[in-house]
Amino acid sequence: MGKYFYSVCKKHLNTLLTLIFVGFLFLVLRWADTHLDEFTLRIMRTGAVYIVAAVSYDLINGITGQFSLGPNGFMALGGYTVALLMLPLPQKAFVWFLQPQAWPFNSFSFPVTWYFFGLALVLSGVMGALGAFIVGIPSFRLRGDYLAIATFGFGEIIFVLANNLIPLTNGPLGMKGIPELANVYWCFGWAVIATLVVKNIANSSYGRAMKAVRDDEVAAEAMGVNVFRTKMLAFVVSGFFAGVAGGLLVPLITTISPTLFTFTMTFNLLIIIVLGGLGSITGSVITAFGFAIASELLRAVESPMQIGTIRIPGIAGMRMVVFAALLVLLMIFYRQGIFGQSELSWEWILSLPGKVVDKEVAKKWKRDETSS
Amino acid sequence: METGRDIVLELDHLTIKFGGLVAVNDFSLRIEKGELVGLIGPNGAGKTTVFNIVTGQYEPTQGSVLLEGKDITGWRPHLIAAAGIARTFQNVRLFTGLTVLDNVLVSQHLRLKSHFLSAALCLPSYSNEEQRARANAMELLERLELVPYARELAGNLPYGQQRRLEIARALATCPKLLLLDEPAAGMNPEETARLMRFICKIRDEFDLTIFLIEHDMKLVMGICERIRVIDYGISIAEGAPDEIKKDPRVIAAYLGEGGE
Repeated sequence: MGKYFYSVCKKHLNTLLTLIFVGFLFLVLRWADTHLDEFTLRIMRTGAVYIVAAVSYDLINGITGQFSLGPNGFMALGGYTVALLMLPLPQKAFVWFLQPQAWPFNSFSFPVTWYFFGLALVLSGVMGALGAFIVGIPSFRLRGDYLAIATFGFGEIIFVLANNLIPLTNGPLGMKGIPELANVYWCFGWAVIATLVVKNIANSSYGRAMKAVRDDEVAAEAMGVNVFRTKMLAFVVSGFFAGVAGGLLVPLITTISPTLFTFTMTFNLLIIIVLGGLGSITGSVITAFGFAIASELLRAVESPMQIGTIRIPGIAGMRMVVFAALLVLLMIFYRQGIFGQSELSWEWILSLPGKVVDKEVAKKWKRDETSS
Repeated sequence: METGRDIVLELDHLTIKFGGLVAVNDFSLRIEKGELVGLIGPNGAGKTTVFNIVTGQYEPTQGSVLLEGKDITGWRPHLIAAAGIARTFQNVRLFTGLTVLDNVLVSQHLRLKSHFLSAALCLPSYSNEEQRARANAMELLERLELVPYARELAGNLPYGQQRRLEIARALATCPKLLLLDEPAAGMNPEETARLMRFICKIRDEFDLTIFLIEHDMKLVMGICERIRVIDYGISIAEGAPDEIKKDPRVIAAYLGEGGE
C-alpha cells in the first residue's frame, strides 16, 4: 500500500507540487487580501493581469515564433466587452450624455455578481479569440512577417473604432464607474489558469509542433505538421487570454478609454517576454509580475528631483524612457533574457540540493583523477 | 492506365518552370516497392527540385505524382507526409531548439488523435497517447543508436549525428517512401561507408523504398540498384551502376564534352 502510494506520488509529482503551490498561493492571497493595503493589492492584481497577457503573448511570439504586435487590440476587445456587459444601466445612462448609447447595450447589463462577471470574462476571451481568428486567416496564408504588420494595423483599427464609434464605446471619454470586480482571486485565478494551460500546450504534441514551426517551417511541414493550423491554434489561444487580460484590467481600474490599449501596452508586454526569455513561460510570469512592481517603483523617476543645485521638474512618461532604454540594452547585451528558452521546472528546483552534492562529488573525482 | 501493385512512386512527365527557366523537363520515373534508386547529376541539374515536387514544396507546371497509384500532385506538404513520403534535406534542417527526442516526436504529431483541448487541459486520454508516442520515439532512437543524445538539443549534436537524427525524424512519420537529399554531404570516407551500411539496414528493417540524391559516387554506385542521371532538368541516362559508369552521355555531363 505504502509502495503503491509512493509510486503514484512519484508519477504525478509535478501535478502534486503544482497543486500544493496553488494551494499555498491561495493562502497567501487570503492573507494579503485582509492584511495588505489597497495600494499593494492593486500592484499585485496588475501584476497578475500582466501575467495573463504576457504568457498568452509568449505563446505566439516566443513558442510559435510568429511576431505578433496585436495583444493591445485583443485586450481592447476584451476590455470593452466586460465594460459594456458589467456597467450597470443607470451608470450607462449617466456616461452616454452626449449621444444615446446604441442597442443592445443600452437596454441590458449583467447583474453585478461574481458568476456573471465570470461569464463576461469568458466572453471577453471569446472576443479576443475571434479577433485573432479574423486577423490570423489572411496573415498566416502568407509566409513571412506579415503578421506583425497585420496585427499592428489591427490594433490601430481597434483604437480608431474605439475613438469614433461613440454609440458603442462612448469615444475618447470612455466609461467610468465600472464595478470593481477584479479582486485578487479573479486576477490570480486567471493568471494560474493561463499559465497552466499555456504550459500544458507548450509541453504537448501541439506545443512541439509550434516550436517546430518556429525553428524551421519547411522541415515542420515536411514532417507532417499542418503549419497554418498550428499557427492559428497558437494565435487564437493567445487572443483568448489577451481578451481575458483586457477584461480583467478594466474592472481593476474601473474605467476604460481607448488610450488604455494603445501600442504602449504591446510594447510593455514585448519588454516582459523578451526580458523573461522568448519562449520561456515561467520567465514571462516572473518578469510580468516584476514589471508591475517596477513600474510603480519607477514612479520616483517621474517626480521632481533635486540633484545638487540642478532642479529637474517631474517629467511624465519618464518611466517609459527607462523601459525603452532597458529593452535596447537587453537586445545588445543579453538577448537570451533571464531564462532563455528554458523553464523553471519542479525537476530543476528539486535537483538544486542534488546539484550542490554533485559538484562536490565531481570535484572529488577530479582530484582523484589528477592525483593518480 | 495500370496502377501497378508494386509501384510505390510514379512520376509522370513532370515539368516545372520558374519564369523562363525550365528546372525539370518531362521527368518520368517509376520506383517499385523495396527499391533503392539514386538520382545523380551535376550541380543545378534539378535533382532537389524533383524532390521538392514529390514532397509538395513546389507544384509542377505539368505532369503528376502518384503514390501507390493515388494522385498526390499539388497536395500540401503535410498531407504528403501523412500519405507516406518523408524526406531529409540537403543542408540539415533540424528543429535546433528542440531536444533529439522532441525532434522525433514532432514527426508523430500527424498521427495524434487527441483533441487540442484535451492536450491543453492535460486530460488522461492525452497523457496516455503522449506516453505511447514517447515510448515509440525512444524505441526508434534505440534502433538508430541515438539514445545517448535523447535529451540533448538537436543543434548541439555533432554533424554526423545530426544527419542521422534527420533520418530518424523522417522515419518517425512511418513513411513508405524515404527521400534522402545528399545524405553523405560533408562526410569523410569512413563515415560514408558507415552511412551506406546504415541506409541498407534501415531499408530492410523499416520495409522502405528509398530514393536518394547523392554526389558521392562511391555511395551511389555502392548501394543503388538503379540510377537515374539528369542534366539541365532532362533525364539523360538510366540503368544499373555499371551501365551508368560507362555511359558516354553521363561522362560527358560530368566531365564536359571531350574531343574539342
